[in-house]
Amino acid sequence: MNKSHETIAAPITPHRRGEPHAHGRAPSDSGLQLDALGEADSGHITREPASSDASQAADDTSLAMVHLAAVGLKKSYRKGPVEVPVLRGLDLVVAQGEFLAVIGQSGSGKSTLLHLLGTLDGPDEGEIYFDQRRIDNLPSTQRDRLRNERFGMIFQFYHLLPELSTLENVLAPLMIGQSTWGFLKNRRKHVATATELLELVGLGHRLKHTPRELSGGEMQRAAIARALITRPALLLADEPTGNLDHATGLEIMKLLHSLNRQENLTIVMVTHDQALAEQADRVVRLADGRVEGQTAE
Amino acid sequence: MYKVLLCWRYLRTRYIALASIISVMLGVATMIVVNSVMAGFTTEMRNRLHGILSDVIVESRSLEGMRDAAWHMEQIDKAAGQWIEGMTATAAVPAMLSYQYGGQWITRQVQLVGIDERNYGNVSDCAKYLQHPANREQLSFELRQGGYDTHDHQAGPEAPPRRQMQKAGWEHRREVARIRAFEEQFSGRASADSAPPWAMQQADADAGTTDALDAPVDPFARHQKPERKFDASKQQHTGLVLGIALASFRTPEGEDRFLVMPGDDVKLTFPTAGTPPKAVSDNFTIVDLYESKMSEYDSSFVFVPIDKLQQLRGMIDPQSGTGMVNAIQIRLKPGVDDTMVRDRLRQAFTPELYAVQTWRDKQGPLLAAVQMETAILNVLLFLIIAVAGFGILAIFLMIVVEKTRDIGILKSLGASSRGVMGIFLVYGLSLGMVGSGVGMVLGLLFVRYINEIADLLGRLTGRPVFDPSIYYFYKIPTLVDPMTVGWIVVGAMGIAVMASVLPAMRAAMLHPVEALRYE
Repeated sequence: MNKSHETIAAPITPHRRGEPHAHGRAPSDSGLQLDALGEADSGHITREPASSDASQAADDTSLAMVHLAAVGLKKSYRKGPVEVPVLRGLDLVVAQGEFLAVIGQSGSGKSTLLHLLGTLDGPDEGEIYFDQRRIDNLPSTQRDRLRNERFGMIFQFYHLLPELSTLENVLAPLMIGQSTWGFLKNRRKHVATATELLELVGLGHRLKHTPRELSGGEMQRAAIARALITRPALLLADEPTGNLDHATGLEIMKLLHSLNRQENLTIVMVTHDQALAEQADRVVRLADGRVEGQTAE
Repeated sequence: MYKVLLCWRYLRTRYIALASIISVMLGVATMIVVNSVMAGFTTEMRNRLHGILSDVIVESRSLEGMRDAAWHMEQIDKAAGQWIEGMTATAAVPAMLSYQYGGQWITRQVQLVGIDERNYGNVSDCAKYLQHPANREQLSFELRQGGYDTHDHQAGPEAPPRRQMQKAGWEHRREVARIRAFEEQFSGRASADSAPPWAMQQADADAGTTDALDAPVDPFARHQKPERKFDASKQQHTGLVLGIALASFRTPEGEDRFLVMPGDDVKLTFPTAGTPPKAVSDNFTIVDLYESKMSEYDSSFVFVPIDKLQQLRGMIDPQSGTGMVNAIQIRLKPGVDDTMVRDRLRQAFTPELYAVQTWRDKQGPLLAAVQMETAILNVLLFLIIAVAGFGILAIFLMIVVEKTRDIGILKSLGASSRGVMGIFLVYGLSLGMVGSGVGMVLGLLFVRYINEIADLLGRLTGRPVFDPSIYYFYKIPTLVDPMTVGWIVVGAMGIAVMASVLPAMRAAMLHPVEALRYE
């Protein structure tokens, strides 16, 4: 696994985004800092109450360090005549470059939270900020753009497009984000980038295969490559290992870890697996539509 | 980009959608075939109709005709001379045609038209339907030695030959005369004229009227007649051109059998111009046959020299010596709008006395019927394509349901609702394009080989699809109008796109979260 760690580090670092500069981090030693952060947090993941964690994050970290923030999120679904509340005023702060795991029982609203954070759905109440900008009330075209350029998403069921080859699946976000002409003009470059990414996730030999011909782990790695093709700032992962066996799941986790460290990629991962969650920098637990320990308003 | 790519992949992987466009394809192919055949028939028919009729006709409403053809022509020239290429006067009258075949008299009702052989050919295309090549160049009412077509010159090589026509002309006439002379000798009868029983009465009528009518020509002509023995093997009566269907019939195999041919004598009986009209009859010699392939014309028209007709009907004014005519036929210069000339002439001539019509007006009901038939067929066939549109709609809705999760994925990757809608619209358009494209190729191929296909079908079913004895064509006429084909293809594509609008909107409105959750 160490090997893949290194292979990822090498080619991606040169393309690193500029954000760390803005937050006063030296790009060269960001990985180190992250490592330190991880070490510091790994010991006491859930020992601190989540609420204080959130407020602490807000207090301790300068506002500029807050990458993603949710304030008082409320969301309910309608099942026939009954309104089922899923989120009841959730607050959450994610720091730049943080690997956050959100755990909770099924039905606790973790997926809903992720969809709200990813602007796939709008909250009934509350606000979401990304890079100090409110994003939940943006017009749909801007939200589409945001999803396309700044967010990467991976899902439990991989969600690759069955009609496209692995390579085309990875290229899909670029095709969506750019005009036909713009894409074709830079096609060679894009294909090279996508191939590079697929090689990084260990799928260099599977470029022309359709998702049907891939194993679960391979599909998830292709999905990660697709999420990364636009060099997003934030990766939202919805049970990324939920459908994989333990060993494969660990590999995926390692991949996410190395991306988090080498790329300074902010990751919000939703899972119900305590053991997996503990590998993250920080863990928050959802219960009753709130982050556990968060005081009701 | 992703729209086109996904459409392409969907096209290649969803065969059920291809099944849905088979109906579009068949609809387009059928429409092209039907339109081409109808257009072929219409054009052929128009050509035939127009062939015998000149562009514009000024007709007298009375059978008596108009008095001074030259004066009328002058008036026409004044009213619309700049657009007119040629004019000719004609006289028309209903008549009875009788000829002898196998010892029996066959009598037919005909429309007798007196024409000026010198310039009638310039005004109508009628000359080109004649059976003798020289007559097609310049019509003459003199019987030709021979050399009549033994093969339908308008039909292709598949038309059966007309062997009887080999002898047509003087050779046939001499042979008939020889046989008749032999028969007479044998029977010992003096009278060469094997007149029908009613011929006596007719002769009386003849005697009664010709006194007055023939007067200006030559008062002694009649008395001299018996003295000059008519030699059928050397002399001919006044020439006449007979519609081919009057002289022949067509066997179910498509072969023409001739009852009379150029060289044979026939008798015409028609009313005189006086009031009340009396019947007058005379002998004529067939000099050619006329085949316009319009059975209506071919079985009714008989052309004779106008001066002879005027003389027999007593239409010549004793004082001025000018004959009366029934109609003046006008040929317009190429590209001139015939209705415009018609309207000008209508102003120049009192409508109570003269009917001014274009050839289209004359055949209005027929042309209108064909046009309506084409229109109705087009509406029906387009409805078929519309039905195919509903098929596309249903299958598209199914595909949208099937692709719900993919739509969610695309939206999660940042595709806009409009982009998702675009996928399905482009998909619909490309299905329409494939369907109508293949349909167009099929249709055009069908039209190209329609006669071969008809033959094959005829052989398979044992019943000819296209019976040449019913239609006067040996093969199915077709005409492919690129404009019509274009409209059909565009219409089919439009229907395919319209049918995909609803599913595309449904796809666009899918909530990404719901769509992602969809299993």
